[in-house]
Amino acid sequence: MHVLSGLVAGLLFGLGLGLGGMTDPRNVLGFLDFAGDWNPSLLWVMGGGVGVFAALFPAIRRRSGPLFAPAFDLPAMRRIDRELLAGSAIFGVGWGLLGLCPGPAIVNALVGGWKVLLFLAAMAAGMGFHALWQRRRLGEDAPCEHLGPDA
Amino acid sequence: MDGILVPLVGGVTIGLASSFLLLATGKIAGISGIFAGTFLGGGERAWRAAFVAGLVASGLLLAWWRPGAVGEGLEAPASVVAAAGLLVGFGSRLGCGCTSGHGICGIGRLSPRSLVATATFMTTAALTVFVVRHVLGGL
Repeated sequence: MHVLSGLVAGLLFGLGLGLGGMTDPRNVLGFLDFAGDWNPSLLWVMGGGVGVFAALFPAIRRRSGPLFAPAFDLPAMRRIDRELLAGSAIFGVGWGLLGLCPGPAIVNALVGGWKVLLFLAAMAAGMGFHALWQRRRLGEDAPCEHLGPDA
Repeated sequence: MDGILVPLVGGVTIGLASSFLLLATGKIAGISGIFAGTFLGGGERAWRAAFVAGLVASGLLLAWWRPGAVGEGLEAPASVVAAAGLLVGFGSRLGCGCTSGHGICGIGRLSPRSLVATATFMTTAALTVFVVRHVLGGL
């Protein structure tokens, strides 16, 4: 059930991205282009997504646990550190260059041509490079992997 | 109305998908972390791979149901595509999340880290678009 839930959630999430227009990088770039012909549609996508999750999160969290796992597994980190700021800044530059972030890129994997596959391969390489660098620097995996049952 | 309603329905669907994942598995729908977890270890490969498979399948469904929603709009040269992929991959891991984990779920649960992360990547993404489009005149 755990695995089936992942499949259903991924399918639904991807359909939402497609309906919202996020799977077309031109919409994303149009949203990020405040100095040009601004396209506000992603505001509605984010608003809808954040609104629904914000409304349902407290009720789900009040349960003693999830349906098909022993406990909730939420990010336990609290500190706003250099890594968070630098990583987010770097991510934003990559996102702004193309208008593709990980979700929409994966949705486009089989229908977006070879450039999407190139993007995904480069993204995986960037993630792999980060993991190696992190292990050399800290002798452990990324700190954000340290999840706790409480958040 | 179509200009607001369809994106809003898309957003609501994303919110429902994230809520369902939390309710069923106890996990946050952070796509960069889920994707990285399929090949970088950390255990729990199965549900992560299933989530990624669901995303890929949604692309096939969209191509049939709403042609034009997928498979278009990637106009930059290959060198830029590769550079953007590297930055997105490295940055999302260093910053512990991307548009989904920080931008939707993190803000939805009022995480201060995610609010800061989202404000940061929105700013650098908008600056990048500004430089590319209005300073360099395109790629």
